[in-house]
Amino acid sequence: MPIIIDHLTYSYGDAGADEKKALDDISLTIPDGQFVGIIGHTGSGKSTLMQHLNGLLKATSGHIYFDGQDIYDKDYKLKELRSRVGLVFQYPEHQLFEIDVFSDVCFGPKNLGLSKADAEYRAFNALRSVGMPEELYYQSPFDLSGGQKRRVAIAGVLAMEPKVLILDEPTAGLDPKGRDEILGLIKSLQTQKNMTILLVSHSMEDVAEYVDRILVMDAGRIKMDGTPREVFHRYRELEEMGLAAPQVTYIMQGLLEKGYEVDGDCTTVAEAADEIMKLFRRG
Amino acid sequence: MSIIQTKDLVFDYIRRDEEGNVESIVSAVDHVSLQVKEGSFIAILGHNGSGKSTLAKHINAILSPTEGTVWVDGMDTRDDDKLWDIRQCAGMVFQNPDNQIIGQVVEEDVGFGPENMGVPTKEIWERVEESLKAVGMYEYRKHSPNKLSGGQKQRVSIAGVLAMHPKIIVLDEPTAMLDPMGRKEVIRAARALNQVEGITVILITHYMEELVHADQVFVMDQGRVVMEGTPREIFSQVEKLQSLRLTVPQVTLLAHELKKRGLPLPDGILTVEEFLAAIG
Repeated sequence: MPIIIDHLTYSYGDAGADEKKALDDISLTIPDGQFVGIIGHTGSGKSTLMQHLNGLLKATSGHIYFDGQDIYDKDYKLKELRSRVGLVFQYPEHQLFEIDVFSDVCFGPKNLGLSKADAEYRAFNALRSVGMPEELYYQSPFDLSGGQKRRVAIAGVLAMEPKVLILDEPTAGLDPKGRDEILGLIKSLQTQKNMTILLVSHSMEDVAEYVDRILVMDAGRIKMDGTPREVFHRYRELEEMGLAAPQVTYIMQGLLEKGYEVDGDCTTVAEAADEIMKLFRRG
Repeated sequence: MSIIQTKDLVFDYIRRDEEGNVESIVSAVDHVSLQVKEGSFIAILGHNGSGKSTLAKHINAILSPTEGTVWVDGMDTRDDDKLWDIRQCAGMVFQNPDNQIIGQVVEEDVGFGPENMGVPTKEIWERVEESLKAVGMYEYRKHSPNKLSGGQKQRVSIAGVLAMHPKIIVLDEPTAMLDPMGRKEVIRAARALNQVEGITVILITHYMEELVHADQVFVMDQGRVVMEGTPREIFSQVEKLQSLRLTVPQVTLLAHELKKRGLPLPDGILTVEEFLAAIG
């Protein structure tokens, strides 16, 4: 069942002149199994919107439907929502605390009320799906590298077996290879487990490479909603919002301006390379 | 004249068990000898855990060498009597702006450093003004820091260091938490300090586009400097960088890919403008 967000508004401060709308009348449908990128400058409302989706914040007005149920209904169990919508915060490794990797990943499922055996089974699966080598399971999480710690933190959320995974800048501070590894892992959760993925990112290159759909937020509203090609086509508007397009977009637009007949909306290096080669094969 | 020089620098992280016996020793920096020319813009690359930050923390004597020597503006960083001179000479800006700002008002925050050094009040205000102007934040001087964007906060952090009149600024992943505009603002401010004020800048980053204007790049792996050169020299070696868990800017990668497919393009294209000129 899709996630339906219906006229969602979240305001803070006193009503009247001091009232600020962090989210302003947002309506969206996110189908199952879609990989959605959310971009916007700091303070545009991205994280606020994500925190609504697993019930950490409650909207001032509007509704969110998950599996056909309004999560603001009186008898709706928010605890159940939180086990289905996994949220990976920024720098999630700061939340690791157990004595070893395996115990840390078991914490979530145990907290859901699962038996020890079930929790451990889930932890094992989760650690395997993030590609952690077994010899590290009984190490202290604090002895791991930055990228490994982050995988363990993601495994901790995956062990709850959510249907939807929300990640807030999961690659911040990682080296380029570490970024590719984490994003590749997230992509495989979509393709192999049909999870719905919501990725908040400041990296236009990463978003262009991995997602099916981009939401652009500005001042608490959704300003654009489309495929990477459609969104980055409007790169001038993105710049006005403090964003940008991948470097490849600027190259292709530059070639167009020079009079080359290329597809100006390529957003990845692979697409651009194919497109430019066509030009030279034609002679 | 080298403003920073390290000779056979080694820094070991030593792990001990509960009885204090040594369990393991990891050399985070392993026999690094390098020189940085005064007034240059230096970038340090390397994967997570390669030793970049450990090396950087030696430049303002947050860490002291296990072996070898570090000289900053001629001062040996192990010399306790010179500690405050070294820290004034080499300022540091870290990843998270929220951990570095303490003042309630922007100008107070920037004035904190010189005040702490005992600079006379009148001069503090002069320094605050010139520092905020240098990073383009003067019009925000009366604002509260928590209302600023990430890029603006980071520029206030830089101004705070600048007000101490350092000769060197070390920026340790200053843009990791910022949106695209914030990243641009911070890198622009760092370049201005280097070009206008002549301050030596050491930039540590995982974003390859940010160092295309650097004078010199050091690449670290397992505590050692494994590559050294201009951005063009470094980014010409795409496969080698990838094997070190790094990459090159998208435009460099695209040019490299096209060259492999037979287009006659030069190595180490760094910017969109260069790429378009090379295509002709």
